[in-house]
Amino acid sequence: METPVQDYLKTPEVMDESLDSQMTISMGPQHPSTHGVLRLELILDGEMVVKAKPDIGYLHTGMEKLFEYKKYQQGIVITDRMDYLNPLGNNLAYVMAAEKLLQIEIPPRAQIIRVLMCELQRIASHMVWLGTHALDIGAMSPFFFCFRQREKILNLIEAASGGRMTPSYFRIGGLMMDLPAGFDRRVKQFLEDFPAAMDELETLVSENTIWQSRTKEIGYISKEDAIDWGLTGPCLRGCGVELDLRKHNPYTGYETYDFEIPVETDGDVWARFRVRMRELYESAKIVRQALGRLKPGPTKADAPKVVLPDRDDMRKHMDSLIHHFLIVAEGFNVPEGEVYMPIEASKGELGVYMKSNGGPKPDRVHFRGPSFVNLSALPDMSEGELIADVVAIIGSLDIVLGEIDR
Amino acid sequence: MSTEFAREAIEKLRTGNENLVADVKDALGEYTATVPASSIVEVCEKLKNEHGFDLLADLCGCDRGPEDDPRFEVNYHLFSTEHYNRVRLKVLLSEDSPNVDTVTTVWKTANWHERETYDLVGIIFNGHPDLRRILLPSDFDGHALRKDYPLRGYEPYSLT
Amino acid sequence: MGLENKIFESLPDVLTVKLDAVINWSRKSSLWPATFGLACCAIEMMNTVSARNDLSRFGAETFRASPRQADVMIVSGRVSRKMAPVLRRIYDQMPEPKWVISMGACATSGGVFDNYAIVQGVDKVVPVDVYVPGCPPRPEMLVHAITMLQEKIMKESVKERTDTYEDESRRSIVPGTLPVTEGTTLEECAKDAETKPYSVPSEHEKRRSS
Repeated sequence: METPVQDYLKTPEVMDESLDSQMTISMGPQHPSTHGVLRLELILDGEMVVKAKPDIGYLHTGMEKLFEYKKYQQGIVITDRMDYLNPLGNNLAYVMAAEKLLQIEIPPRAQIIRVLMCELQRIASHMVWLGTHALDIGAMSPFFFCFRQREKILNLIEAASGGRMTPSYFRIGGLMMDLPAGFDRRVKQFLEDFPAAMDELETLVSENTIWQSRTKEIGYISKEDAIDWGLTGPCLRGCGVELDLRKHNPYTGYETYDFEIPVETDGDVWARFRVRMRELYESAKIVRQALGRLKPGPTKADAPKVVLPDRDDMRKHMDSLIHHFLIVAEGFNVPEGEVYMPIEASKGELGVYMKSNGGPKPDRVHFRGPSFVNLSALPDMSEGELIADVVAIIGSLDIVLGEIDR
Repeated sequence: MSTEFAREAIEKLRTGNENLVADVKDALGEYTATVPASSIVEVCEKLKNEHGFDLLADLCGCDRGPEDDPRFEVNYHLFSTEHYNRVRLKVLLSEDSPNVDTVTTVWKTANWHERETYDLVGIIFNGHPDLRRILLPSDFDGHALRKDYPLRGYEPYSLT
Repeated sequence: MGLENKIFESLPDVLTVKLDAVINWSRKSSLWPATFGLACCAIEMMNTVSARNDLSRFGAETFRASPRQADVMIVSGRVSRKMAPVLRRIYDQMPEPKWVISMGACATSGGVFDNYAIVQGVDKVVPVDVYVPGCPPRPEMLVHAITMLQEKIMKESVKERTDTYEDESRRSIVPGTLPVTEGTTLEECAKDAETKPYSVPSEHEKRRSS
């Protein structure tokens, strides 16, 4: 079949010979900014970037095809590896899409725990963002401070689910298992230490004049362009658009929590940085509220054909044993339909488009990764900037290649 | 989230011109409008300019299977940043001519989404400024997300 | 590299054994990794470097971005088909002595992803010294891998470690598979129809697992 594919080497930008001073260099796929395997083709005029074209696909894992061959419950494990800094967010999006198709109600305790874990995960993800962003721009100390805080959160997630970075904690219909004893005490301890850590980071980074001069008025994008390019999350809130899916398209009971949406109007790297820093405080607020609401109750929905029964139940009752066997061996059939479930991940709108044809395996699962769309705005943002500023802009977009390449 | 806003917008489109929308469906809290491939750009423009659906959240292609006719479908998920409402547009394409007009003139973000759909499913977008592979290697043979492409590929990787 | 080999070949064995111990001790105590973080395991590698599990206690003080200054390449993460020639090229750019740690299940054997896109094991591309299982492996496991590699280095003999031949490493990549193809040596190799496959290892590499 004849396809109108253009040879990338012959695209007009690369073959521009009018300016002899232009040079094309390839930044990546292996380069020290630890954002992953991203390759940028930079067409430079001296140090100034004339055009920056991202070249992705170096981490393409074929996850969307893998989903079609795995039962719904098995797919949760794969979602962990997508945006590997925010695995609980990926889990949540996938699981909620399946629950929407199955139309099952989640008990309130499970919803509160989901909110709690997602917000902890958001703090952890922003810690990595801050550490690596600072490292790229040249500040080495915040890296260690941020990862120290992240260790505490990873210990909490490991206590709940068994995995530090690949927890797979949520299940279709609720959670994998209930929180361990003493968990709320540990979260309270973390919340007590958190403001001091944030003060340290603010002193190190936000109040640093070098940081401010390296991030202000760099990588500007206007509000209309941002919406046109499909930016969501902190990138869009840094341009002055008040859009947060936790408030405007709520899920898992987010509408009952009291938090603010930080919005900045400058549209540059500094604005996005401030939005994320303020989000850290808001996330801590939500965690505190969620902790206060925890009451004993079931953590799995009342849907015996979908949710695995308790182990005790399975050993004593025949029907539970049969359900357990059928769910594990054959999987449950999901009614036919399609659903698009967007959540507010730490990077933007993470949307799952799930299509089912009535069987135990999905027909099509597509993840709308926020980093994928945020990165497509990079050429617009970095035209006319210096190479060093391109590094700052990539850091401010907060991209994770696992989500871009899937 | 209710589908009121989306329904009104699509109804207004339909009253203007019957051929713009072929079919509608309201299920699971989402409003889906099936649009014929020839009128997708006009529908998108009208929805963006008149009804405020200014954010293209997602554009994804889907292969229903080699026995189904039409075989491919392309889903457009639109979102309105003022009214916080969503609508889905669906375009059905047959196997012999998986062509549809590009919507990069309406939203710039469709650029990469359409490249990904072309790469993985094989749908060709007429008028796209730069339609080439984005995720798979440029010398890859075939389209990976089609149902007749095997999961493990055709041969294991070797350097030679 | 060549000078040590030439000296060692001319000396009697009783002397080289003592010199082996000294040279291997100095090599293992300052293994500088090359940053080759690909996916989730890279974040665990970053956790290993950060304050709680400190990798620089074991000599891995700095992660060099340039492979020309690195000793060990920790392949952390899944290697896709598009990335595999790049991985091989980075490996070839490292000067001898060099080692490879394959970190995580995806680098060892393809991991969870048994499909068209992922190379099923990075040892199909480069020779590996230490495999670390896990998805992702805990930072302590990576630290154990570095100590295992250090024990392995102590058992080596300096005489047998020679450079791979330059054109052999150039020809190990199939022409046209590297993403940047214009104006590089790869284009010259592409004109030459004969390519030597990777399965012609040097004397030293035959001793490694593969």
